[in-house]
Amino acid sequence: MSDLVRLTIEGRPVEAPAGTSVLEAAKLAGVLVPHYCYHPSLPVAGVCRMCLVEVEKSPKLAASCATPVAEGMVVHVESPQAKAARRAVLEFLLINHPLDCPICDQAGECELQDYVYQEGRATTRFADYAKRFNPVEDFGPDILYVPNRCILCTRCVRFMEHLAEHPVLNVSERGDRAYIGIFEGAALDHGWAGNVVDLCPVGSLVSKDFLHKARAWDLDKTPSICPGCTQGCNVTIETRDNQVLRVRPRPNPDLNRHFMCDYGRLGYGWLNRTDRIEAPLVRDGSRLVPVDWDRALGRALDLVRGARGPCVALVSPGASCEALERVAQLVGAGGGAGAFRVAKGDEIPLPGVPDLALRTERAPNVAGALAAGFTRDWDGAAARARSAALVLVLDEPLHGLGAAQAWGPMIYIGTVLPDEARGAAAVVLPSATMAEEDGTFRNIGGRIQPYHQARAAPGMARPAAWILEEILDALGVGVGAQA
Amino acid sequence: MGYPHPTHPKETPVLSRHFGDSDARSFDGWKRRGGYASLEKALGMSREQVTEEVKTSGLRGRGGAGFPCGLKWTFMPKQRTQPHYLCVNADESEPGTFKDREIMRWTPHAVIEGAAIAAYAIQAEQTYVYIRGEFTEAIAIMQQALDEAYIKGVLGINAMGKGVRIDMTIHRGAGAYICGEETALMNSIEGKRGNPRIRPPFPAASGLFGCPTTINNVETLAAVPPIIEQGGAWYRAICLSNPNSTGTKLFSVCGTVRSPGTYEVAMGFPLKDLVHDLAGGMRPGRRLKAVIPGGSSVPILTADEAEATLLDYEGCVARGTMLGSGGVIVMDDSVDMVYQIMRLARFYAHESCAQCTQCREGTAWTTKILQRILHGQGKLEDLDLLLDLSEQMTGTTICVLSDSCAAPVVSGIRKFRDEFEAYIDSGRAVAQV
Repeated sequence: MSDLVRLTIEGRPVEAPAGTSVLEAAKLAGVLVPHYCYHPSLPVAGVCRMCLVEVEKSPKLAASCATPVAEGMVVHVESPQAKAARRAVLEFLLINHPLDCPICDQAGECELQDYVYQEGRATTRFADYAKRFNPVEDFGPDILYVPNRCILCTRCVRFMEHLAEHPVLNVSERGDRAYIGIFEGAALDHGWAGNVVDLCPVGSLVSKDFLHKARAWDLDKTPSICPGCTQGCNVTIETRDNQVLRVRPRPNPDLNRHFMCDYGRLGYGWLNRTDRIEAPLVRDGSRLVPVDWDRALGRALDLVRGARGPCVALVSPGASCEALERVAQLVGAGGGAGAFRVAKGDEIPLPGVPDLALRTERAPNVAGALAAGFTRDWDGAAARARSAALVLVLDEPLHGLGAAQAWGPMIYIGTVLPDEARGAAAVVLPSATMAEEDGTFRNIGGRIQPYHQARAAPGMARPAAWILEEILDALGVGVGAQA
Repeated sequence: MGYPHPTHPKETPVLSRHFGDSDARSFDGWKRRGGYASLEKALGMSREQVTEEVKTSGLRGRGGAGFPCGLKWTFMPKQRTQPHYLCVNADESEPGTFKDREIMRWTPHAVIEGAAIAAYAIQAEQTYVYIRGEFTEAIAIMQQALDEAYIKGVLGINAMGKGVRIDMTIHRGAGAYICGEETALMNSIEGKRGNPRIRPPFPAASGLFGCPTTINNVETLAAVPPIIEQGGAWYRAICLSNPNSTGTKLFSVCGTVRSPGTYEVAMGFPLKDLVHDLAGGMRPGRRLKAVIPGGSSVPILTADEAEATLLDYEGCVARGTMLGSGGVIVMDDSVDMVYQIMRLARFYAHESCAQCTQCREGTAWTTKILQRILHGQGKLEDLDLLLDLSEQMTGTTICVLSDSCAAPVVSGIRKFRDEFEAYIDSGRAVAQV
């Protein structure tokens, strides 16, 4: 641990490691210094001048983001001088701002709006002049730039230059004509470019995907884990009326800092699928008939008890650790085994953050599946499934195996019913997606991370871990039964 | 005849003694006038001795800030663990200032010699001469002199045959005033947008390409060879007033005087003599109204204040202004102060690099208010608003460009308020804004 420096901020004594900025030290003291251009995951720019604070014995106000702590320093954030400076910055920022909050996506989570309400002027002194106007620009696949709202904090420029190391943005022009420019022929199409929308403290960079979809204050926010790949970025799932409308990164300094990739960010559509299995189904001749949970579980138990010989499990590496462990327990009891397969894609790193990338394996719980004892021998398991005493499928779409495959008796636990299973499954048990249950994923580094329920599951669908627990209980080998 | 004007008896020509003498531009001509003897002498001294001599002379930075030159050199690390750089700030863009241009036009070898001595003193691996892009003539002359200096072995691997390597290159600016600010200048040389950097770190610790760097003005470096040649004590003795301001200073006088031009006088010289004697005074029937003594960025002086000002760092501060770059802008009673102040504000609004909020928005807003007053549509509250904006634009930003915009506005309103009020009361508008 480096040396601790003692200082006083707003009358509160605080200790911070040498080299800490006054702004970060103030956070430790429980004081938020208002700021725009500063961001803990970006290099310091010191340009918005919003974080000016009064430091005793210093002739001028100091930018707290760019001023390191010093022993015995006495800092005032709410002094008349510091407040006057912030008020002036807010006034300067607003003179050319369109004040179009009623149609701005950022309203409700806008730092300009918040601080102006908190301590800005009620009226303008910028009378009788036209405001600067520039038309909206299309910056890339998912990003629009609204220059009129821009406060030129340069967070987006610094992210693209120093974190994505794909410098396509710049500050163009000078003086009050300045705006964020994009290089000729370039686009914000980097795999992590979507983060500039989150970084923008105002509504200047907006997501086309989320454009005019919802007001920020109508969204319910649930801490979760991105299911897009094995990286396990911490995210917040934002829902309204039981629909997932947006997924945004949730800060985790040890893992994804403040970022997530566009693949994960924009890949939430499947969570809103409407072709879900809504009731348990049991086979009646050539048909699958909806039944209640007791009858469906009863049929499943009959199949498990009647199995003579090893079972085969085909599982999804997108299932929770809890569900995977229970499947392993169930098939393992009879000497069976299981395997999984995982979709692959190119690895897209975020160069500015060590060990952060969109990983090649595009499922959240590959490490969890391996830890539970499942193997990557998919072809072997699929072949054994032909002669298995029982095939247990956990949310695996079975694509490529063909409907004509001669399966052993099949219990299908899943969110949607693929054609491959429709003709083969003896029992279909509807399960919840990761957005509809509590659970954990184990990421590429072995970190076990919890996620929480963000929306209600459709119909009678239940978390897969609950379904499997019911079966294990009835068999007398479940956690509940042992208790 | 000589240089645009013959040397006035009250001038003290040290740097300007060869102005107008085109033979001094060539290497041989410069040698015949005793050139490069100082460099040869300096290379025979230790680095510390050179720096000590400059410290003794009391030479202070001529770019505007007036920081002691020798002291600045001592901030460079003694041991060279990474490349050291010297930047010659020849991006003379301050409105009303044209002294460095004259030095480069007439005595390019003085700049090269001074820079070479400084480069030796601070162990600079490379020297960049950053010249304002619009100075096409000065660039051509400097380039020719630099080429000659290399051919004659003054610069290069074995400078002056003394076994010291001194390299120098000319970097041409691209038209931004702010690139004269030392950290913006370094960004510009690095190929980046010319935005000032946050200090600390200071250039001597982390400057050009992140390496220890010293930035000196053209006039400062041109004064180094005479100091080495004749000694720091000699230079220190050239002083008419405060002993902390020594040597000579070039003043470029412009505006409503009969003989505008560049004049060299000893520090502490009376401003009234510069305006009335050297620059020829007002045109017939006109009276002095105001003087901006140090380039457009410093507070304006009234005629009475100007008459009492002594031209050195302390003398200007005593009158509430600054010596700055030595660009003396003289205004007689035909000059519309409101219009002139608007022109200055418009310049700063155009040149703001757009980093800091107060500067980006404040300079433009200030200009708009002044234009409104000139259109006859001002209100009395506008003057308080201008003062309020100026207060928030002072001391709150990374560099001092917004302070520079505020200084003439504040001093203009305080000292010439009646002219502003006349516009507001009468509703009269000027012909062109």
